[in-house]
Amino acid sequence: MKDKSIGFRIADAALIILSVIPIAAAIALRILTNPAAEGIQIAGAHIFFTVKMPLQDMPITESQVNSWLVVIALFFFCLYMTHGISEKGGLRRQMIAEWIVEQTDSLVQKNMGQYFKAFSPFVGGIIALSVCSSLLTLFGLYPPTSDLNVIAGWAILVFVLITHYKLKGGLLCYLKGFTEPIPVFTPFNIISEFATPVSMSFRHYGNVLSGSVISALVAAGLTSVSSVVLGWLPGVIGNFPLFRVGIPAVLSLYFDIFSGCLQAFIFAMLTMLYVSGGFPVEEWQKRMKRKKDKKQKNIKSA
Amino acid sequence: MVELAIGIILGCCALGAGMAMIAGIGPGIGEGNAVAKACEAIGRQPESQGNVTTTMIMGCAIAETTGLYALVIAILLIFVAPTRLVGILMNYIG
Repeated sequence: MKDKSIGFRIADAALIILSVIPIAAAIALRILTNPAAEGIQIAGAHIFFTVKMPLQDMPITESQVNSWLVVIALFFFCLYMTHGISEKGGLRRQMIAEWIVEQTDSLVQKNMGQYFKAFSPFVGGIIALSVCSSLLTLFGLYPPTSDLNVIAGWAILVFVLITHYKLKGGLLCYLKGFTEPIPVFTPFNIISEFATPVSMSFRHYGNVLSGSVISALVAAGLTSVSSVVLGWLPGVIGNFPLFRVGIPAVLSLYFDIFSGCLQAFIFAMLTMLYVSGGFPVEEWQKRMKRKKDKKQKNIKSA
Repeated sequence: MVELAIGIILGCCALGAGMAMIAGIGPGIGEGNAVAKACEAIGRQPESQGNVTTTMIMGCAIAETTGLYALVIAILLIFVAPTRLVGILMNYIG
């Protein structure tokens, strides 16, 4: 497809601009609300305003706003990737989009089996949201993934999914699962049931938060080192943080990019393993068969 | 007296955070073991490198969890607990 029409090009440009605007808006919000502070600054998310709610006031924080903006940006980016898609193919971005979809599909099928193949959009969505949220640190923004509330929300969603698929084998089978291998283990099984979302959320949030804490500490330490080394020089050169140039970038490469992507992958992987592992295949098949038999009996008797 | 009490609170929070991070030993040993075994496996069967690496990274991330629990507690002790405890003390004194 060499000859793109003018309308196509304009739509392309509009979609790119729309997917960049949310990030720019987040940076602008950050600059407007958070004046640059001196020294080490390790603080939670900035609270924009609180909404009055019946039980408890709901604070609208930076992490919520940033994750909404990431969602909007991803939405328009996906629209851009699938713009002008055709059966014959031809556009380069269609290849990339197809590659991403195929990879996600094969990952889900490999880890969850054929029955759960409809999960691939969900898993792909989790990976994309988590990676893009963690990578917001590269723009100097507050990453939503370093707020426990955001990750806890995702983990609760996954917990609901796990319980839903465990209940597919019938309520009795679900309750019986708690008394295995012997009934004495029931309290431990209940605790481990609730430990799943807790450990998932703590793992992701702890990794991202520890990365930003260590980066801030190293940056502050390098500033003081350079003030010791260059402090005797007069004027601007004395205040210049020489050692802060470049060295924190190496740490950022590990803590922000590698750790962020790895944790997103692990969160998605654990989601897949827990959901497909909790699904009682044999019980479900028996139940389906019983239902089928009942239906046939009803048809025969009627 | 109040200064002494606040000093004890701050010092004990810092000590507690340091002690909580002793838990970092466990994941360190565990991940080291995991990587060593993965290296052995790759040495034995170089063609299975991709699968072994993926599984190893997954296992490392899961072994890290206990260390991260300790980290969360240490962060809470350093950044959250002192202000709360001093507030409680001030309320108690009046």
